[in-house]
Amino acid sequence: MTVAPLIEVKNIKKYFPYKKGLFGKKGFVKAVDGVSFSVNKGETFGLVGESGCGKSTTGRMIMNLLEPTEGAIIFEGHDLGSLNENEVRDLRKDFQMIFQDPYASLNPRMRVKEIIAEPLVIHGLLNGKQREKRVHELLEVVGLSSYHGERYPHEFSGGQRQRIGIARALAVNPKLIIADEPVSALDVSIQSQILNLLQDLQEEFGLTYVFIAHDLSVVEHISSRIGVMYLGRMVELADKDSLYEEPLHPYTQSLISAVPIPNPRIKRERIVLQGDIPSPSNPPSGCTFHTRCPFVTDLCKSQIPAFKETRPGHFTACHLYND
Amino acid sequence: MVQANLAHQPKDKTELARPQPVQVKARTPLSEFWRKFKKQKMALVAGSFVLALMLIALVGPYIAPYSSKEFDYESILAGPSLHHWMGTDAYGRDIFSRVLEGTRISLFVGLFSVLFGALGGTILGIIAGFYGKWIDSVIMRICDVLFAFPGILLAIGIIAILGPGLSNVIIAVSIFSVPIFARIVRSSTLSVKATLYVEATKSLGAKNSRLIWKHIFPGTVSSIIVYFTMRIGTSILTAASLSFLGLGAQPPTPEWGAMLSSGRDYLNTAPHVVFYPGMAIFVTVLAFNLLGDGLRDALDPKIKD
Repeated sequence: MTVAPLIEVKNIKKYFPYKKGLFGKKGFVKAVDGVSFSVNKGETFGLVGESGCGKSTTGRMIMNLLEPTEGAIIFEGHDLGSLNENEVRDLRKDFQMIFQDPYASLNPRMRVKEIIAEPLVIHGLLNGKQREKRVHELLEVVGLSSYHGERYPHEFSGGQRQRIGIARALAVNPKLIIADEPVSALDVSIQSQILNLLQDLQEEFGLTYVFIAHDLSVVEHISSRIGVMYLGRMVELADKDSLYEEPLHPYTQSLISAVPIPNPRIKRERIVLQGDIPSPSNPPSGCTFHTRCPFVTDLCKSQIPAFKETRPGHFTACHLYND
Repeated sequence: MVQANLAHQPKDKTELARPQPVQVKARTPLSEFWRKFKKQKMALVAGSFVLALMLIALVGPYIAPYSSKEFDYESILAGPSLHHWMGTDAYGRDIFSRVLEGTRISLFVGLFSVLFGALGGTILGIIAGFYGKWIDSVIMRICDVLFAFPGILLAIGIIAILGPGLSNVIIAVSIFSVPIFARIVRSSTLSVKATLYVEATKSLGAKNSRLIWKHIFPGTVSSIIVYFTMRIGTSILTAASLSFLGLGAQPPTPEWGAMLSSGRDYLNTAPHVVFYPGMAIFVTVLAFNLLGDGLRDALDPKIKD
């Protein structure tokens, strides 16, 4: 692939400082500890991992809601960290976010049409009649009706609210949409509707998604490439098919083995991990996964495995695949 | 129910096939508020009483049977009668007329002192809550210092500097209302600031000014309204106390506190001279407090019906 990626994330880190007690020790929660990936135009990049692994923090850093402690985010050749506030605001038009909780992400005191028009107002796009027309258009694009614009968010169901959130994200014709667990707060039946809507919109408007989720079957459905995160680090990155057919990292293997198969008669072997996810304020030495890994070696405990291409297009951070 | 269903029967079959936009009355925040507010009988009564008071404040002097400055030496300290509904005071002035006229003064003082206090407190509270860090600490420590004084003592101190008089009472009461509003507004600013919809708006690229005006401030309005109403009652009481102490309105102004003060010498012989202005203060403060309670319950989204 010779196409330049739409967005490139280079070794970003986010450490949250904390202090225990008045005179207690200070330290850092290493929420994200050196994550790199790039997303090409028109693809859906899935980011999976269990809660607390730093996937949402990564999304927030891309959105510039959090400033990375280290590392760079490059969007269409612009390094976000080097731009000033106004330049970032201009770039914001090109990337938007869909939030996990559709009940909390809409201001309950605003009418739906005001909510959807807000990005247009902020960026000074369109005016008066045109703006209203655009809002009606957006409402219909996401499967609502134009008269819904007069209502308030509390008059809608969760799925409908998520549609409103999607309409708001689409308002300024973005190139990239970060979807932070957009369906995990919804009923299963509604989940598929929203996922299909997202896919239709992608085709129609040529959108690029970074899709953050913890549900592997959801990610499999929508993504073209998938990155698996564990405790602030990327452990495996591959296109969907090779990841699901041949997961290399033991963590990915166990995740995939845990996806339910809708047939009770199929006997399968699940890899059940022992123990809990360690605290990101005091991560294990070496490979952060070594405390729970079934194939742990002495090397794992002392040395952090490099994140490298083990198969063509398939990256893993695991000592098992060293030659 | 049956009738309602019949009423919505489609006239012909083609109408059935097309989904009709449902014409439900939009549930705006205002209609939602009114729906909850009108269920509270006590607050409704208090609210109508406050409205009546406002009306009296406007037209009081015109409907009063006597002038507040009219001396009637024939009937000094006369008890309530048909001619003087609330009796007369030591100079033979009609107490009913004076209470009516005093309404304007008390409401004026209460309303404006709280208005200025709320204005200052809201601005400081939003700045403290939104920007945080050192500016928050500075504002809140100053508020803590003001909180450490008993309200009336603080007001007396301010009057001592500014000199007695009704307008200085307004300034004094405003100043000690500021920290209360600052603290309340700061805490609701903090909670609104932490909501996902503020973060979502930030992610759209909104400037701070937009976040504050469109999201933070509207989020704090309901608590401001509630405390505004309740503080009016307290402010009226404080203003009356200051006048009673001779620091506010000066006689012969028909201010309720000043009337109490000049009537207290006759407490044993003519209790009606202090009773009626006292009742006026009591009922007014009570009405504002009950109204405030009702507003709080109606505006609190956590209290469902």
